[in-house]
Amino acid sequence: MTATTEAKARVPAMEGWFSIDENQPHLIGTQCTSCKSYFFPKETFFCRNPRCSGDEFDEVELSRTGKIWSYTTNHYQPPAPYMAPDPFVPYTIAAVALDIEGMVVLGQVASGVDPDELSSGMEVELVVEKLYEDDENEFMVWKWRPIAASSQPNTPPKGDN
Amino acid sequence: MSNDVAILGVGMHKWGKWGKNFVEYGVKACLDALKDAGIEWTDVDFVSGADTVRNGYPGYVAGATFAQALGWTGARVASSYAACASGATGMNAARAQILAGMADVALVIGADTTPKGFLAPTSGDRPDDPDWLRFRLLGAANPTYFGLYARRRMELYGATEKDFAKVKVKNAAHGFKNSYARYNKKFTEEEVLNSPMVSDPLRLFEICATSDGAAAVVLTSMDFARKHTANPIKIAAISTVTPTYPNTVIEMPNFATDSSAVVGLPDAPFRDSIAKAAYEEAGLGPEDLDLAEVYDLSSALELDWYENIGLCKEGEAERLLNDGETTMGGRVPVNPSGGLACFGEAVPAQAISQVCELTWQLRGAAGERQVKGAKVGLTVNQGLFGHGSSVIVTK
Ligand SMILES: [Zn+2]
Repeated sequence: MTATTEAKARVPAMEGWFSIDENQPHLIGTQCTSCKSYFFPKETFFCRNPRCSGDEFDEVELSRTGKIWSYTTNHYQPPAPYMAPDPFVPYTIAAVALDIEGMVVLGQVASGVDPDELSSGMEVELVVEKLYEDDENEFMVWKWRPIAASSQPNTPPKGDN
Repeated sequence: MSNDVAILGVGMHKWGKWGKNFVEYGVKACLDALKDAGIEWTDVDFVSGADTVRNGYPGYVAGATFAQALGWTGARVASSYAACASGATGMNAARAQILAGMADVALVIGADTTPKGFLAPTSGDRPDDPDWLRFRLLGAANPTYFGLYARRRMELYGATEKDFAKVKVKNAAHGFKNSYARYNKKFTEEEVLNSPMVSDPLRLFEICATSDGAAAVVLTSMDFARKHTANPIKIAAISTVTPTYPNTVIEMPNFATDSSAVVGLPDAPFRDSIAKAAYEEAGLGPEDLDLAEVYDLSSALELDWYENIGLCKEGEAERLLNDGETTMGGRVPVNPSGGLACFGEAVPAQAISQVCELTWQLRGAAGERQVKGAKVGLTVNQGLFGHGSSVIVTK
């Protein structure tokens, strides 16, 4: 396991939804070129603002920081297609409000974060972590991590924003 | 009052977990509703089925499935799917036929047989389907969303786990003697608070199960109903609204809300707009309600609904609960049937069963769970992918 784990390729669990850059990962959404509304996941063919008939969109990186709207820890293994580790490990999901985009985006909370330390309004940033793996690849997903927790030893370096 | 239709008959099959064919449950509910209405199956002009998507093709064409099971009569048919709101959509389809003068008598039926455990997405790799992706990328089963709403109440309004447990205790006591409920068991706060944590802060006994069950109503024109009964119970409103952009509250099965960056916040959140549309249609308001059946998918969600249907202001639901206003004997009992806490969810049947309960209550025929002097009741519920569901029933 050790040698092959090192060699595994890190690929996004969902192509095109986020950048996998270790230092400054971003969710990738779209913005209507007519009304400037944001969409995540990407809207690509018709604007969902009912008072706009835009059909052209720019791909945009969404804010990689936001404030927790709410959060919950799942203590039961959800059904497939969730790829749960064996044995199952509880995980926390946060709903995070992005200021500039005026939207709330879900994501798991980064591993190693104690959910008791979360609170609504807390500032978090986007990180990329392994969701599951197979023999060849590690499948990565976006997660939210409290900015205050960024000094934890196992976190990759980050910018000074 | 020309927009009223009559609820001439109601019928249900007990909720449970038997794994029988959903058609068997549904036929029982239909026969009970027809008998209750005092009419024959051959009197029905229009059959409106609420679909189940977990029972193969017959479930997708529920209207025709039940028309065939009861014996083809040439009745017109339609089938609706709106997730948990399918029953309301089915009733609305029937009401539209009646109000348009195209049918006098409509039978609305929803029935389901459910698999064990959490409701899971349809199998197979479907990365274009948000309902599949939320499980794959987030592990966000339905209780995840309920957990987010519950935690939000704690953070914003100081709700406690004890408050949530009290909702379960109340509903369990309400439904204790309801012969159609799956669970007839009283709970103490301690029992609820000692049950395993599922989606923090919600525990096992606070999250509704999935059930088999069936409910049917016979809806007719007011003229037809008056030939059968002096004072027919009426449907004064059915709201099947969709959200208004931007929908800024995170909802199953979505990854994100709409963006309010450009268009600003909506006048009312989606869940508020569901009952609002029903009140406007009926010309009534929350102050007119004698009781309500709300969709307590979780104990904490019931508290959200108190505010969404205007029983109190935002942040006051815990006080309403703790003052006993929503308990039997209180100002406006909520979920006298026992709600989903006692039933578990039988998706296409649930919104119809809420109307069955209100009908019994307004007839004064609800037995030991009778809300005294009930004249106006409201149901409310929300279906996955933007389906509002609210019905106002009056005497
Ligand atoms: Zn636009």
